[in-house]
Amino acid sequence: MKPAPFDYVRPASIDEACTILSEAGGGATVIAGGQTLVPLLNLRMSQPFVLVDIGAIPELRGVDRVVGGIRVGPMTRQADALEDQLLAQHLPAFVRALSHVGHHQTRNRGTIGGSVALGEPAAEMPATAVALGAEIEIASIRGTRRVPAEAFYLGPYMTVLEPDELVTGIIYPDWPQGHLVVFQELAQRPGDFALVGMVGALVIEGGLIQRVGLSWFGMGPTPMKMRRVEAELQGKAPDALDLKSLSRLAVSDAAPFDDHHASAEYRRTVGGRMFTRSIGDALALGEVA
Amino acid sequence: MSEYRVEMKVNGRRVAEAVEARTSLGDFLRLKLGYTGVHMGCEHGVCGACTIMVDGRAVRSCLMLAVQAEGSEVLTVEGLADAQDALHPAQDAMRKAHGLQCGFCTPGVVMTLASLCADRRCDEQSMVAAMSGHICRCTGYQGIRRAITMLAAEVGSAGSDT
Ligand code: FES
Ligand code: FES
Repeated sequence: MKPAPFDYVRPASIDEACTILSEAGGGATVIAGGQTLVPLLNLRMSQPFVLVDIGAIPELRGVDRVVGGIRVGPMTRQADALEDQLLAQHLPAFVRALSHVGHHQTRNRGTIGGSVALGEPAAEMPATAVALGAEIEIASIRGTRRVPAEAFYLGPYMTVLEPDELVTGIIYPDWPQGHLVVFQELAQRPGDFALVGMVGALVIEGGLIQRVGLSWFGMGPTPMKMRRVEAELQGKAPDALDLKSLSRLAVSDAAPFDDHHASAEYRRTVGGRMFTRSIGDALALGEVA
Repeated sequence: MSEYRVEMKVNGRRVAEAVEARTSLGDFLRLKLGYTGVHMGCEHGVCGACTIMVDGRAVRSCLMLAVQAEGSEVLTVEGLADAQDALHPAQDAMRKAHGLQCGFCTPGVVMTLASLCADRRCDEQSMVAAMSGHICRCTGYQGIRRAITMLAAEVGSAGSDT
């Protein structure tokens, strides 16, 4: 349970970090909070030549208001984001999902960007980014680019990030004040990865659903956006919805798997009920004030 | 392989040592500095036995590298009692409520509770929630639960920030 040897660098700027990543030619791994990476190192499932610690880059930390949304620096500690006023006010779904990530002790070190960039399919933060329509800002010596969260995840722990690239921000679009939060998760113990979970937001105005973003987690190889359900809900009056048949549609947007915790069949059954219940509960709260 | 120089404060004492990058902060504290109150259980972030405080926050010392603690203030269970060796209220409550049997998980539990006291989050609910980060194979948790009730009553009512 000890890692293989590696070198360690702690760059002071994004540019410096990108240069190191580029020169390492794929042999480097970025460490943010380390709460998932260090276990992988200890188990020797990850054996980088050099570990690039981004903890000393000030620009990568903090939560800021930007035009049209909120920008979260990837090095922002989960515990700090949980107490952040801006996030509490504007992105309650984010905060709700975050409160289920790990434990108090791991949230003190763990970061938002680490969770988003790793892409564990049963984790809360990747699904939240997908559901709310976030964009991932990525830098390398070749320049910067922005990728919608939905296009960022390719498979379990696989993303579009190239070996020389670094996540430099996650930008969540504004959701109107008073939007409805959707969040449900089933896990074996608090702090464990979800067996099944869903997260998202809904806006009802003038008696109709005006905007909706929903995603599963633990229900496929990546966060699974409920595209067909979103299209189905858009513009509808909450009373006119048949939640039972929508839940079947929602489950068919997922691709759950068997593992030693639960079967795919179990996940589908729980997911369907979870959908009916959580959308029902959210809709019962009604219109944006 | 190369070693790296780290400087930090441990239990109020300034230390400067050379370490391998792969050395966890927990191993560094135990093996280099002799703070064996840092208990290593699972070494992959599951059990909570290795919990210490870094810059006032409870963290798992098996999930942090020693090199990452550069410039930090580290507190282990050895540094918790005051200069007169009086137990910290969290230690005292655990003792009185029989919150431990073999004691393996105890330093971690105590450090989490102490960090919440210092952060003025010593309400019962926060402390119980934070216990999800600890595994205890002996007590069945009821003793720890009672210690928390006792600690919340004592520290909460004193309004102190010990
Ligand atoms: S030894 Fe660190 S959590 Fe188990
Ligand atoms: S007292 Fe033995 S593990 Fe907790």
